[in-house]
Amino acid sequence: MTDQPFLELREVSKRFPGHVAVQDLSLAVPRGQLLALLGPSGSGKTTTLRLLAGFERPDHGAVIVGGVDVTALPAAARRIGMVFQHYALFPHLTVGENVAFGIPRGPGRSERVRELLGLVDLAGYEQRRIDALSGGQQQRVALARALGPDPRLLLLDEPLSNLDPTLRERTRRELRAALEAVGITTVLVTHEQDEAFALGDVVAVLRDGRLEQIGSAPDLYERPVTHFVASFVGRAATVPGVLVGEDRVRVAEGVDWPVRVPKAVARGSAVRVVVRPEAMRLVGEGGIRGAVRARRYLGGRALFSVDTAVGTLEVEAAADAVTVGTEVRVTALRAHAFPSEE
Amino acid sequence: MRRRPLGLVLAIGLAWLVAYPLLLVAVDAFRADGAWSLANVRGFLGDPREWEALWGSLWISFASVVLAAALGIPLAFIFERFDFPGRRLLGGLVALPAVLPPLVGVIAFLFLYGESGIIPRLIVAGLGLRESPWRLRGAGAILLVHAYSMYVYFYLFTRAGLARVDASMTEAAASLGAGRWRTLRSVVLPLVRPQIAAAALLTFMTALGSFSAPYIFGGGFRVMPTQILATKLNGDLGLAMVETTALAALALAALALLRRTQGGAGVAITAKGAAPGVRVLRSPLGRAGAAALGWGFAILLLLPHATLVLVSLVPLGTWTTELFPTAYSLGNFATLAREPERLRPLVNSLWMAGVATAGALALAVWAGREVAQRRVRLARQLEVLVHLPWAVPGTVLAIALATTFSARAPWAGRWLLVGTVLILPLAYLIRNLPVVAGTVLPGFGQLDPSLDEAAASLGAGRWRTLLRVTFPLLRPALLAGGALAFATAVGDFVTSIVLYTYDTRPISIEILGALREFDIGIAAAYGVVLMLVSATAMAVGTRR
Repeated sequence: MTDQPFLELREVSKRFPGHVAVQDLSLAVPRGQLLALLGPSGSGKTTTLRLLAGFERPDHGAVIVGGVDVTALPAAARRIGMVFQHYALFPHLTVGENVAFGIPRGPGRSERVRELLGLVDLAGYEQRRIDALSGGQQQRVALARALGPDPRLLLLDEPLSNLDPTLRERTRRELRAALEAVGITTVLVTHEQDEAFALGDVVAVLRDGRLEQIGSAPDLYERPVTHFVASFVGRAATVPGVLVGEDRVRVAEGVDWPVRVPKAVARGSAVRVVVRPEAMRLVGEGGIRGAVRARRYLGGRALFSVDTAVGTLEVEAAADAVTVGTEVRVTALRAHAFPSEE
Repeated sequence: MRRRPLGLVLAIGLAWLVAYPLLLVAVDAFRADGAWSLANVRGFLGDPREWEALWGSLWISFASVVLAAALGIPLAFIFERFDFPGRRLLGGLVALPAVLPPLVGVIAFLFLYGESGIIPRLIVAGLGLRESPWRLRGAGAILLVHAYSMYVYFYLFTRAGLARVDASMTEAAASLGAGRWRTLRSVVLPLVRPQIAAAALLTFMTALGSFSAPYIFGGGFRVMPTQILATKLNGDLGLAMVETTALAALALAALALLRRTQGGAGVAITAKGAAPGVRVLRSPLGRAGAAALGWGFAILLLLPHATLVLVSLVPLGTWTTELFPTAYSLGNFATLAREPERLRPLVNSLWMAGVATAGALALAVWAGREVAQRRVRLARQLEVLVHLPWAVPGTVLAIALATTFSARAPWAGRWLLVGTVLILPLAYLIRNLPVVAGTVLPGFGQLDPSLDEAAASLGAGRWRTLLRVTFPLLRPALLAGGALAFATAVGDFVTSIVLYTYDTRPISIEILGALREFDIGIAAAYGVVLMLVSATAMAVGTRR
């Protein structure tokens, strides 16, 4: 990130009665990029979005947009657009009136509405009632409405969570295309890793109001820096182990796996070992003994759940590699090791 | 975070308007000659007439609940569960007593059943009696009026409850072998219990504060509200304060007690299935019986309205001993419109009710924003304050305001308002605050808070959001609450009689004056106007 960041959060904290929602959070997003905030519920991602929008004020820290500190500005003065989780479309107004709500009165107003509705593929829907639209259409109206006042920053709160799973994939593609066409700096909140990876240029993983890791999707997946990120992003199993070399971990007597060790850990100390299904192999000898308990068919390939002495491990292999109930041996080609307490 | 203490300002303002006057009355009850004293309290406790009035208020209120329930609940079942000719039309007519303001209902009964009323005249003529077979006086007369005007609460509430009872409930009971009576007793009635309990509470509180019927028909029968006014007019202000405090205490105690016996919120009815269909009465006898019952009842209910209209058309002095009036004209209405002194009360009532309603709406919207949207710490207190005037009989409120605003002490929040044009609108506003809040606060509760945030994120300021988003979405709630409040204020009698001045006299006071001059045509004409204003307001308020 060589660019001067367009959006910056500087050590922002927000406390609600009884709990800390966001703690010393610092983030930076370059102009035109899409940042996805990913985390489980209660991780502070929605609060972060509301702090950006101006619906909440931080207890400490600053929100900077385009080099200007907007921390004290009310939401109405920030020029930050938002698409709400449940869209928050005004039910008493038509589609056109909803989109026009944030556009200043003037000669170009109806043209702008038409242009925005065209952008979200709803040309000609001006007179429709909100309750006559499908969920996907409502979502697109919400996007058009948020873009109406020509905001400097766009916020999306779980934009796909209210859609049918079958509709999600398509809507995600359309959303991506519309955002690219506008070229607006965007922050998106989601608890779905797929959504974050598909839409975000950069993904920030939050946990308990703190930033765990920020980076591109491959960064997070292949080079997680904490155990939380390693296990939250992608399918993964955690087994106990002992670090026996610079890049080797012993998970059972005579079974050593190659590992990445992102944080310095003394040789000989106990570690938590995270392995992904695609890094696991069924082997004829060596490895850990276990029994195949279940098979989840993925089409050609399958995920096998294998009960072993160290816990249940998931192995991705050819769908017909073994059958349920078979005794097998499994090993890992690569894994990640993290300190036992963090 | 910059937090304007608006919630606190509102809470203090409301406390000053609704709680402070009551507190002053309670304090004054324990003072005499500028010092603390139990003299007035002793006077109150030692006077058997005071106990008689307290007891009268209490038993009249309970009896009103029983009578209104006995009338309203079966009627609700008949109209909600059976189909017979004229059901729809009659179902609407049955709610008509609600459009008669209390005093107007009372004078309609007077014209209809009073000693020289139409029914006694018919009976005297028909049976060749020398005088009216009854006198419309005392507890019986009061209960008759109460049952007539308050059964509507039971009727409407029970119907609303029945409409929400899922058909699958009664079907489940039937499939478990329960007969019709067992289903009714152990399934349907428990499910509508919350509605019936709410109607009982409303009826009790209304009956306890009822003033018009005892005032006109009471005679020697004592109830607290009329007793208070009599004491005040006698000039015994100290005793009036004790009586007012006693009535307020009785009302609050009854409210607390009834709330407790309701036992919380009742069961939630899952409204997934269809509402049970109405049973079409097939047998000709059943149909004819139900229709006759329905029509007979409707006529009985509409007789007061019809009587009012009839009497309003009688020119002054033309109806003396004849069975029915001999001459009809619109002269009384023309008098109302033509003579400035007759028109004055109409104008007064309309503007005062209008101002009071606008004020109550503004306060309720403000409270709604604070309670529902901001979730301020004072939310609970704000809700209690806006609903408090409901728990207090009108006489108590009027006496409390008369006490508070008849002294000038700005440092104590007291100004001289009694005798000015401000006092009645203020009283109407406070009295109707709960009515408006009853629709506006739930309305706010149903608004999605993110709509406000959406408007803000689109650059809309507070006022634009209020005008373009909040008000349009709250329109049904604002209309319903506002219309009901306006109708109540226009017809108010109980607070007006304590606080009016000659220049600000409202319609009800003028009706009383006309009755005293035996100008019953004019009194009835005012009544008809009030009835029409109420009916219009209700029609506007219930329009979807």
